[in-house]
Amino acid sequence: MIARRRLHLAACLAVAAATGAAEPPAPQQVAAAAARKVVKIHGAGGVRGLEAYQSGILVSPDGRVVTAMSTVLDSDEIDCVLDDGRRFRATLVGVDPRRELAVLALDAADLPCFTLGDDGHAAVGTRVLALSNLFGVAVGDERVSVQRGVIAAVVPLEARRGAAEAPYTGDVYVLDCTTNNPGSPGGALVDTRGRLVGMLGKELRATTSGIWLNYALPAGEIARGVEAVLTGATEPVVGRPVPFDPRLLGIVLVPDLLDRTPPFVESVVADSPADRAGVRADDLVIAVGPRSVTTRAALELAVGAVAPGDPVRLAIVRAGAVVECDVGPRPRDAAKP
Amino acid sequence: MIRERSAGRRGGLAQRSGAAWRAAAVAVTWCAAAAGGGDVDPAVLEAEAARVAAVRRGSAAAVSIFAGDAGGGSGVLLTRDGYAATNFHVVQPAGPAMKCGLSDGRLYDAVLVGLDPTGDLALVRLLGRDDFPCAEMADSDSVEVGDFCFAAGNPFLLATDLQPSISAGIVSGVHRYQFPAGTILEYTDCLQVDAAINPGNSGGGLFDATGRLIGVNGRASFEKRGRVNVGAGYAISTNQVRNFLGCLKGGRICDHATLGATVSTSAEGRVVVDDILESSDAWRRGLRYDDEIVSLAGRPVRTVNAFKNVLGTLPAGWQVPLVYRRDGRPHEILVRLAGIHPAARLAEIVTAGAGEGEPPHAAAEPVRPPLPDAIRAVYEPRPGFANHHFNAVERDRVGAAIAAFASGLPRGPWVLAGRLDGGDEYRVELSDTVASIDLPTGTSMVAVDDALDRDPVPAGSGGLLAALVLWRRLVIEGPVAVGGTSYWGTAPRDPAALRDGAAIELVDVLETAAAGVEARFAVDVAGRVVAIDLWTSPDADPCEVRFAWPRGRAASGWPARMVVRRGGEPFGTFLIDPAADGGAP
Repeated sequence: MIARRRLHLAACLAVAAATGAAEPPAPQQVAAAAARKVVKIHGAGGVRGLEAYQSGILVSPDGRVVTAMSTVLDSDEIDCVLDDGRRFRATLVGVDPRRELAVLALDAADLPCFTLGDDGHAAVGTRVLALSNLFGVAVGDERVSVQRGVIAAVVPLEARRGAAEAPYTGDVYVLDCTTNNPGSPGGALVDTRGRLVGMLGKELRATTSGIWLNYALPAGEIARGVEAVLTGATEPVVGRPVPFDPRLLGIVLVPDLLDRTPPFVESVVADSPADRAGVRADDLVIAVGPRSVTTRAALELAVGAVAPGDPVRLAIVRAGAVVECDVGPRPRDAAKP
Repeated sequence: MIRERSAGRRGGLAQRSGAAWRAAAVAVTWCAAAAGGGDVDPAVLEAEAARVAAVRRGSAAAVSIFAGDAGGGSGVLLTRDGYAATNFHVVQPAGPAMKCGLSDGRLYDAVLVGLDPTGDLALVRLLGRDDFPCAEMADSDSVEVGDFCFAAGNPFLLATDLQPSISAGIVSGVHRYQFPAGTILEYTDCLQVDAAINPGNSGGGLFDATGRLIGVNGRASFEKRGRVNVGAGYAISTNQVRNFLGCLKGGRICDHATLGATVSTSAEGRVVVDDILESSDAWRRGLRYDDEIVSLAGRPVRTVNAFKNVLGTLPAGWQVPLVYRRDGRPHEILVRLAGIHPAARLAEIVTAGAGEGEPPHAAAEPVRPPLPDAIRAVYEPRPGFANHHFNAVERDRVGAAIAAFASGLPRGPWVLAGRLDGGDEYRVELSDTVASIDLPTGTSMVAVDDALDRDPVPAGSGGLLAALVLWRRLVIEGPVAVGGTSYWGTAPRDPAALRDGAAIELVDVLETAAAGVEARFAVDVAGRVVAIDLWTSPDADPCEVRFAWPRGRAASGWPARMVVRRGGEPFGTFLIDPAADGGAP
């Protein structure tokens, strides 16, 4: 069997050489070649619905692996299993929290690997293969799973895991194949010539619809993420709330004319949530929930930090006394009108 | 039944490579052509036409199964006389009768034939025609990751118009192992596809780019989104189906094989025996704790999954080669595989279901309408069988082949004589009342009566004379007259040949329990008995007789050679002189 496959491979190479570069190689060849550059990662997990496995991408011959940052890596014992069954203990080099990407190192040499650095976006309609160890179905020298699909859209990621917003909000490839499965994060997305196009992302739901997203982080972002990890230039993720316009609650603040305009209420829209909660003109807002606010901008950010649907509780100074007003649930839309 | 394992199926690589991607681009290109009015690349049209033809072939063989309140599913026709494969978990709730729709728009009565609960496989037979369209079974071991594939079936039981739904994709993985989670249905050595496999697709065919059958769809990873496709479906490989087809056609409830030993991965990554039953054939043949398994049935074993994969494709009772390594030295043995389940447990599973899917709605036995006359004529319940009617059909088919070949053999006493391979002479005489064998070590004799197990002679053979007596009776009287004879299924003609991964030739096997002994007779398509295994006691090693027949297709005659073994040790090789027999043809 093995001998036959080798012969077959030799024949393929011969045909490829004869026909030149115009013809893309057969999908079987692309899948086989790409699968050698994908690793099966085993780490922490296995309890409470958290899988102890995911996928990773080899990006250097000396064993650098890019994968998705996840609880699987919360372990001193992270193992990477190559396509040929070789098992390596991996060292966590670092993480890029914004892209939720991690870099691992294996003590190895002469490994097959993808080339990073293609910064261009793949176009919508690009046919792709997704390679990952979905459902952990492949063990040892068994090959990772290969799915086919098309890049259906290139859009900014708006997704969440549970209640937590995904920190990465840049462009991702939305795929028309079902890649959102346990074990898939960190898998490779390749084009018809086997070039790395992206990395399969973590299991996320779209913020607006709640639907599981099938998406991949573009190759350019992978390259920048790896660069950031290796140079120590990763950007920390703070809550990064998006400013929320209080007019959506019926509160019109005084015009933002100064650097530190205090959050005085100019007027209240009649019959708005704020009106019903008892907010009045000339009130000074001093806190949103537990956060004290001293400027108009801080108030917009503090309301933005309240999860949609959660109550917005304001502490107000009115005529020398502190008044509390519960303005009701925060609307979903955080955009400035 | 010859299995072509290494047949070159890669017709035209260049064509495969380009066409595969181009075919995927057909829709896009068509849109572009329509918009721009330009010409379509003829290669694209060709690829499209090839795909349409393949889907047409697959659709013709696709069966939509409807079982009333018990639900339904899919199936795929394997033979022109109407045998169709489906899943055990599809037919188990349906009972012996179901309605099957084909893409010709007609509904056919179908009857349950055989069940393989462990492998989630079942065989049904559609009635009313002898010219059904059927699928050509491909060698599933030559399927590669990345191959185009499509499923034809009845997802969500949508095919009320009897037209199968087609879902296309690629092969995502081969030789996958799916452990039996909360059920006994074990998917071993299966194909994984990203073609949408939804509830109702169960039992339907998975086809390759030319419309040949490569698997029977049966399971999907449904965990995450409720019971819909998640991009990972699993199909039972056609090579596994082929191994069980004989047993299924015999109306049996088939069992899968166990080695009687479990394996685990050692610290060095070797697959080693970590437990073994001393009652197993493997133990008797010399396998011990910590032995490294190198290959099983001719397939290399490098992981525990690979071991389970190979084992899962094998029916209980087969003899297969096993290579193990001890102290750096390889050893090769032939092991006889036992069944996983006691017969009573299998019967229980068949009644209760395998535990997959939703629990039954009613606690009581569902009330089934009386069987239609067409079904009653071909359905015979009997303990241990899914449908004994078909066992009689297969038994009589093999019986007819034996009778045709035996027509030239003497009805009176048989004399087999010649030399042993050491040069000494021997002589065997078999008659209706007495049998004897002269060997250099002495003469043995048995009376042909109801107690052939009394004295298994010659000593050390395990009952050679009894085996030859039953052979003569089977050939002269036929399987029905011998009594207690049933169709067992199929088995490799030469198990040792599996070692090289060469073509597997399956032969029919009859099973006889008569005169205090049990015996299995392997019979080739020409009606010649090629092997006999005879047990005088169920716990002892059987006497193994292997006949080599002269080359060519003589209509009758004697074997050229008889090799006798017991317990892995040779007893003797008998060269048969065709002129020695008193009444030879």
